[in-house]
Amino acid sequence: MPHEITVTVNGTRHTSSVEPRLLLAHYLRDVLNLTGTHVGCDTTSCGACTVLLNRNAVKSCTVLAVQANGGEVTTVEGLAKDGKYHPIQQAFWDKHGLQCGFCTPGMMVTAVQILERNPKPSEEEIRSGLRGNLCRCTGYHNIIEAVKAAAAAAMAAGDRKR
Amino acid sequence: MTTATTGFIGKSVRRTEDPRLITGRGTYVDDVRLVGMLHMALVRSPHAHARIRKVNVARAAKAPGVVAVFTGADLQEQLGSLPAGWVLKDMKQPPHPPLAYEKVRCVGDAVAAVVADSLYAAADAAQLVDVDYEQLPAVVDAEKATKRGAPLLHKEAPNNTAFDWSVGGGDYDAAAKKAEVVVKQRFINQRLIPNAMETRGVVADYNPGTNQITLWTSTQIPHLVRLLFSAITGHPEQQVRVIAPEVGGGFGSKLYIYAEEIITGMIAKNLGRPVKWVEGRQENYMATTHGRDHITDAEICGNRDGTVTGLKCTVYSNMGGYLSTFAPLIPTILYGLLLSGVYKVPNISCRVYGVFTNTTPVDAYRGAGRPEATYLVERLMERFAHEIGRDPVAVRRKNFLPPFKNGRTVATGVNYDSGNYRAVVDKALEMFDYRAFRQEQRAARRSGKLVGVGFSTYIEISGLAPSAVAAALGGGAGTWESSTVRIHPTGKVTVYTGTSPHGQGHETSLSQVAAQELGVPMEHIEVLHGDTDKQQFGTGTFGSRSIAVGGGALVMSLRKVKDKARKIAAHQMGVPEKNVMFENGAFYAKDIREKQMPFATVAGEAYHAKNLPKGLEPGLEATSFFNPENFTWPFGCHIAVVEIDEATGQTKLKRYVAVDDVGNVINPMIVDGMVHGGVAQGIGQAMQEGAVYGEDGQLLTGSMLDYAVPTAEDLPSFETARTVTPSPSNPLGVKGAGEAGTIAATPAVVNAAVDALAHLGIKHLDMPLSSERIWRAIQEAKGERTAARSARAKAARRARR
Repeated sequence: MPHEITVTVNGTRHTSSVEPRLLLAHYLRDVLNLTGTHVGCDTTSCGACTVLLNRNAVKSCTVLAVQANGGEVTTVEGLAKDGKYHPIQQAFWDKHGLQCGFCTPGMMVTAVQILERNPKPSEEEIRSGLRGNLCRCTGYHNIIEAVKAAAAAAMAAGDRKR
Repeated sequence: MTTATTGFIGKSVRRTEDPRLITGRGTYVDDVRLVGMLHMALVRSPHAHARIRKVNVARAAKAPGVVAVFTGADLQEQLGSLPAGWVLKDMKQPPHPPLAYEKVRCVGDAVAAVVADSLYAAADAAQLVDVDYEQLPAVVDAEKATKRGAPLLHKEAPNNTAFDWSVGGGDYDAAAKKAEVVVKQRFINQRLIPNAMETRGVVADYNPGTNQITLWTSTQIPHLVRLLFSAITGHPEQQVRVIAPEVGGGFGSKLYIYAEEIITGMIAKNLGRPVKWVEGRQENYMATTHGRDHITDAEICGNRDGTVTGLKCTVYSNMGGYLSTFAPLIPTILYGLLLSGVYKVPNISCRVYGVFTNTTPVDAYRGAGRPEATYLVERLMERFAHEIGRDPVAVRRKNFLPPFKNGRTVATGVNYDSGNYRAVVDKALEMFDYRAFRQEQRAARRSGKLVGVGFSTYIEISGLAPSAVAAALGGGAGTWESSTVRIHPTGKVTVYTGTSPHGQGHETSLSQVAAQELGVPMEHIEVLHGDTDKQQFGTGTFGSRSIAVGGGALVMSLRKVKDKARKIAAHQMGVPEKNVMFENGAFYAKDIREKQMPFATVAGEAYHAKNLPKGLEPGLEATSFFNPENFTWPFGCHIAVVEIDEATGQTKLKRYVAVDDVGNVINPMIVDGMVHGGVAQGIGQAMQEGAVYGEDGQLLTGSMLDYAVPTAEDLPSFETARTVTPSPSNPLGVKGAGEAGTIAATPAVVNAAVDALAHLGIKHLDMPLSSERIWRAIQEAKGERTAARSARAKAARRARR
């Protein structure tokens, strides 16, 4: 029996009729055509599918679309605002925080949450915060550098505002 | 022959690939959507070895949404057999049907394909296919598989042996007889699962009106996939188009023709509709090739002054259930030829058995043969140094080949291009205070803390390859690379490369090369790859070859278009060609600086064709094929520091220093990134990864929950540096950087762990260095020491009496 759900994704409201078993990851990719969210495993291990659901980073392969009913979702496509990259996107580019790019959307979304909760994380805190997101290309070295740079940029922007 | 590394080359330019990837706008195979597209799920064998009695598809065919179900028997004629692309002398090559119809030989062998109008419907219906198997005894260990009475996988390969290959030089047995010291050791180089973050996937489309099959596939070798698809299925090559879109990592695991490429393509042809198959991760663990898996008995011999005189090894190399495309190459050429390492070793003897077992096929995985060789050589050097009571760095230095710029032949018969092995050690020891560490280590031991340092001075063989050499060694295809440079009438540039990146940033690096040569801004250059209908031919991206060979092909084409442009400029400026200079993107007349033509103006003239030199064709475009004369031979020195908790065996990597010499460098940021990633994979093997099969052939590490891919928490940040010894093998003087880290890392880490425990009498540890393994080794060593102590005390008491 299909269920009707309404989900706000990257600021746009969508109403859809979905199978109860449809995964949020597949809803985003196959119903809304937001293919930036990737699926890299089937055991909630890799984190490539991470999105923000009501401001919490979740692995969208382990959330049903119906569970997102009434919620707000941010995917990689929603990070940039007004034609300007989110500081985490800018930092991933500047610091070479990606190679093949497959883990990158989930990695950046998780990093956004880390910095929201802890604007001045230590390297250890960044590494611990990213432990649910796997990358096979970078050895994490430049991902850590990128998160540090994004934190520093946000701090500098905050100082300028004050 | 070497270009100066100034201007664009040698700069850490941000990648041109990234804007699409950081915004979620890259198109990977799973993002391809075609009108009327169907979804395919494969039914895979749960048994490691079984005869297929009957496949009943009736229930599946009637399930909701199902369009068709095919068994191996249905498609037997159309699908053919997957060949090995590398054929060694006397090699046995049994058939490998893409969909099994008589027997399955490993868990994950595909036996039926279900096609439905949605992914969920296909997956549901696949559960309803009823396969009647007659189970057979299985064998998973490559050494046991060769013994009398072992279950036989293929009737064509007695003793399950696909090949028996050897290489060597000098006379090892004589050297060992004369040597003061011979050290023997058995090594297990465990099986790994590559784990590219994107699994494999194929979308196939067929147009009956044009007879064109188009395959979007997550591959490192689109051009070879087209060639092999055509050869296997008989579909005309010019009517097969293969597209490698954005590819989410490969590490060697996407370097073959795979069963699913054939199955998806031919089912699309049968149904006249597009079909998509995307591998699940647990499916990937069974159906995508694995790496390594060697059982090796080795020995090293030499004298007490530290001179190594010989090295010998016998290897059982696990091939899995079938020979994958490059499988025979990996444990032979890419392994045996490297056994001299960076040392003078006059006597080498190596014998390799390639063995079928009831496991997933094993083929290249980042480093491919070279990590296995380097692990062996560097662990043996360490064992030898320890045995004669000398410092391992001093013993290495004593045996290094002296610096050379233009070729040096070693006992395995290969000719290294250029090297300076002392220099990388010197540089690494500038970054790591060895003497201070030894003092700290002694002090730490007194306070009950176990720390150790490990070195690895490696060499690798990359830039594959001179085609004639490759063919003489068994290669079934040319190993050149190609490029086309098309200058547009506005002076903008399109580079078509036969290489096929999957994270390496070729668009950026090749743009840098083109910008340097043509003096145009990088924004004016587009690099296109991975589409057999767009590019001239190509070989692909593997074996750290893309810049060494593909970059060489690009330089050739750039020089051709520049030479032609120079002719046009000379003609129009009215000066002899030899007096036409080029600087900052413009041609100018020698001694008459104001007489000049920007490159874009010359390009426009080439197409306008109103005033060209007599006999010169219009247009400005060139295609080149670069077939190098030699491989390239990167090298370096890596240092690992570990700390071990004596009570639990838990091992932590505290520091990692990597000094690499990959020749000239186009983009240091990209090269550093590849070193980081390579080192991480090597550390993964050394410390935590390993594919484990039960005796019955079940894959016990069957998901990401069971196989320990390193996380950000498992690794430290890395310290990297370089020396530069340009390669004489290609126009850019580059050597290749993609695999160095993985090749160097395993012995550095294991040497460090053994160093930390050496005072307990521990001489060797197999990988991965799990807490359990180390704890057991410590307990065993302590038990032996206690036993030895009490035996000595007993003997002393007896003597006193």
